[in-house]
This record gives sequence, structure tokens and C-alpha cells, in this order.
Amino acid sequence: MSSAQTPVEPSTGKLIIAWGLVGVPLAYGVYETLTRVAALFG
Amino acid sequence: MGWLDRERTIAPPGFNRWLVPPAALAVHLCIGQAYATSVYKTALVKHFGASLTEIGVIFSIAIVMLGLSAAIMGTWVDRNGPRKAMFTSAVFWASGFLIGSLGIFSSQLWLVYLGYGVVGGIGLGIGYISPVSTLIKWFPDRPGLATGMAIMGFGGGALIASPVSTALLKLYDPNSGAKGWVASGDSVAKLFLTLAVVYLAYMMFGAFTIKVPAEGWKPAGFDPGKVKAAALVTTDNVSARNSVKTRQFWLVWIALFCNVTAGIGILEQAAPMIQDFFRQSDGTSLVSAAVAAGFVGLLSIGNMSGRFAWSATSDVTGRKRIYMVYLGVGALLYTVLALAGSTSTVLYVALAFIIISFYGGGFATAPAYLRDLFGTFQVGAIHGRLLTAWSAAGVAGPLIVNAFLDAQGKPGALTAASYQPALLTMVGLLVIGFVANLLVTPVDARFHEPRPGRVRPEEPALEA
Repeated sequence: MSSAQTPVEPSTGKLIIAWGLVGVPLAYGVYETLTRVAALFG
Repeated sequence: MGWLDRERTIAPPGFNRWLVPPAALAVHLCIGQAYATSVYKTALVKHFGASLTEIGVIFSIAIVMLGLSAAIMGTWVDRNGPRKAMFTSAVFWASGFLIGSLGIFSSQLWLVYLGYGVVGGIGLGIGYISPVSTLIKWFPDRPGLATGMAIMGFGGGALIASPVSTALLKLYDPNSGAKGWVASGDSVAKLFLTLAVVYLAYMMFGAFTIKVPAEGWKPAGFDPGKVKAAALVTTDNVSARNSVKTRQFWLVWIALFCNVTAGIGILEQAAPMIQDFFRQSDGTSLVSAAVAAGFVGLLSIGNMSGRFAWSATSDVTGRKRIYMVYLGVGALLYTVLALAGSTSTVLYVALAFIIISFYGGGFATAPAYLRDLFGTFQVGAIHGRLLTAWSAAGVAGPLIVNAFLDAQGKPGALTAASYQPALLTMVGLLVIGFVANLLVTPVDARFHEPRPGRVRPEEPALEA
């Protein structure tokens, strides 16, 4: 039997921590890069 | 080390599959540092009294090792599961930095080659393929989106590593405020030590978060019959060993090789190229060095976002069609860039941005394309073998561009016209890739793994 029948746990806390750990540095990197890109249109 | 085994990573019922992409991203964001080596390149040239080429070899060794280790270790990664693979990758990647820092502290360049290049390169290869087949199994309904998210991290890793490394070099070097400052070797060695510790911790987070789905698991509401209805998508499986005997594998290899070679042609030369395109008759360029640096940053964002956006789009359009866009539209855009790119900076920047997004998209869509053609059985190992196309393109792309530019004149005296032979050669390559992709058809049934009640009479021979 497929385990797709089992409802998915909400895991909101884990999801926030996991995505935050990768999302925050990535957002910082994109922001820093965009500030350099600004010179292109300045 | 049984706690790393695949059996120990099987997800319990109800596990939320959206915890898997950040685990994969954690690894790819770390190994993506490989694209940020330019931050300390000049410092290493000064520290070792070496040429730019000698320092550039460090990166070249790492990329060659990436392709080799991905190809050789792919089957091992599929057999042992993502946790052991990520753990191993983290140990190699961090050890590469540690050995590299030792090489810098002791002024032994060969140790940096061995550390960052060979040992770190092995970590790159294993890390790159480690989450791929797991993501495809968790997201059978959206494999392009899933692998796009992870492989986007490889593009995004440099965006983080670049400013962080610059800040750390300033922190570690007491002379960082001096005019015309170049970071000391000592500060680069300390940077390597720091990166070793941080990346090890981050990659361990990925290794201990990732889980594989239980046998027979499928997402709620997912109907595999609908996937099968799409052209080229198989529900059968082909082993990694047999995949390289198929015409389809080599056609996709050629398509990826051509797409990557063309993209690297622009990426390698991005900063000087935009200045040369807008060089005036008096030898000065309308584009300053600061603006050129901004352009390089924009391309990095194009590379990263293309990996996610185009790969996710491929779930709707199909993999073959999206590769037709990368290669066909890419060839058209390259032609416009070569013939009319110097008429307007806005046109030039827009064309280059889209072309580089196609370059990134090609990387990110490849695993899902392989899944469609060869099934999920050993897709990670097959992907590893396909990445040799990247290694080959990493050598061919710069060779083609540099050979043409060397024949056109000296750096600083080149103009838009100097780039036309190289760019039009890339157009030719993209057309070859387009034709190769067009020839991709479903894999012959004789390469499929036997199913219960169905046997394969003998080991299939190489396809004619």
C-alpha cells in the first residue's frame, strides 16, 4: 500500500528553520550582488 | 558508520517532502563556492609569485575532478544513498580547504592543487550528484522544479561566498585599508580555514536532514499514468552501465556539451567582453570597470535564476522542448549578439542575461531529462556520467574563445568585431546541439531492466 495515504505532518517549525538556513544566506548573496548590479544602471 | 546507511534514512510515514530541497540546497550552496575563486585569485598570484594561469589551474583541476568523481562515484552514490554521499562530500570539500590552507601557509602551491583541486574537486563531484536522484523520487510530479531548486544552489553559492570572502579577507588582513590593497596569503589561508569549518557544518545539516522515500511512496493525488502519457517519459528503468550504450545518452551529452561550451564562452570573458564591445575609436570603453563588474553580477543572477525558472518550466513543456529553446533560441540570440550587440548596452545586457539563463537551465534540466529517458533506478549515476560533458566543455569553451581572441589582437585593443568569429562558432555549436536534441527518441526496450515476469534475453550491445 502506498504511504501517500498517510497525511503529511505539518512540520511548520522544521520547515521554517530548514528553509531559513538556506534562504537567508541566499537572499543576502542576491542582495549584495544586486547592489553591484546597480552600477550597471546608475 | 551504519547511521549513514540508506536504510537509516528512509522517511517515516507523513514526512514532509518540502524538507528535502533545503537539505539539497545546503550542499549545493556550499560547493557553489567554486565559482567565487576570483575573489582571492590575485592574492594567490602575489603570494606564490605565480602566473594567473598557474593559479587558474587550481580551479581547472577542481572542475575536471568534479566530472571524473561524479562519473566514477555515481553508482556508489545511488547505492549508498544521499546521507552517506553528502557526508563524504562534506569531508572531502572541507579537507580540500584545510589542505589548501596548509599549502598557502607553507607557500607550497602543489598542496593547493592537491587540496582544493583534487580533494575538494572530489567533494564537488559527489556533492553535486548526491541529492539528485532523491529529489526526483520525492517529486515525481515535478522533477524539473525539484532538481532546479537544488542546482540553483550551485549558482547561488558564489553569490554568498563572494561578498563573505571579501569581508573575511578584510577582517583577517591588518593592511586591508591600504590603497591598492591585495589580500595577503596569510589572510587567504585563514579564509580557507574558516570556509572549511562553516561548509562542514552546513553540509552536515544537509546530510542529516535528507531522507529517502519509502518503497512505493508517491505524493497524494499523483497519477503516474499521466506522466507516462507525456512523450519520451518512461516508467521502465535503464542501468547506468547500459545507459552509456544508448544513442540517447550521447545525444543528450552532446546537447549539454554544446550548451555549456557556448555559455562558458561568455562567462569566461564577461567583464572584458562588455568593455570591448563598447570600445570607442580612441581606445577607451564606454563601460567602466565598475559597470563591467555589475554586469558579471547580473550574469550570476541570470545563471542562478535560469536554473530554477527554466527547469521548473520544463515540467510543463517537456524536457526536449525546453532544450530546443536553450539551443535554438540560444543560437538566434548569440547571432544577434555577435552582429548587433554593440549597437546598444541595454540590448547587449538583455541578450547576455537570457543566454546565461539558458546555460544554467541546461544544467538544471539535465537530471529530469535523464529521469524521463532512463527512469529513476540509477538516475544519479547516469547524471554523474553525463557531467563529463561539463568537464569537456570547461576545457573546450575557453580554448575556443581564447584561440579566436588571441588571433584578433591583444587584450585592451579588442572590439566587438574581434568577438564575431568566436561567437559565430558558438552559434554553430548550438545548432549541432539543437540537432542532437532533436534526434532524441525513447530508449529501446532492450536496454530496460527486467521487470517481474519479464526477462531480458541477454546483455544489450552498444546501440548502432
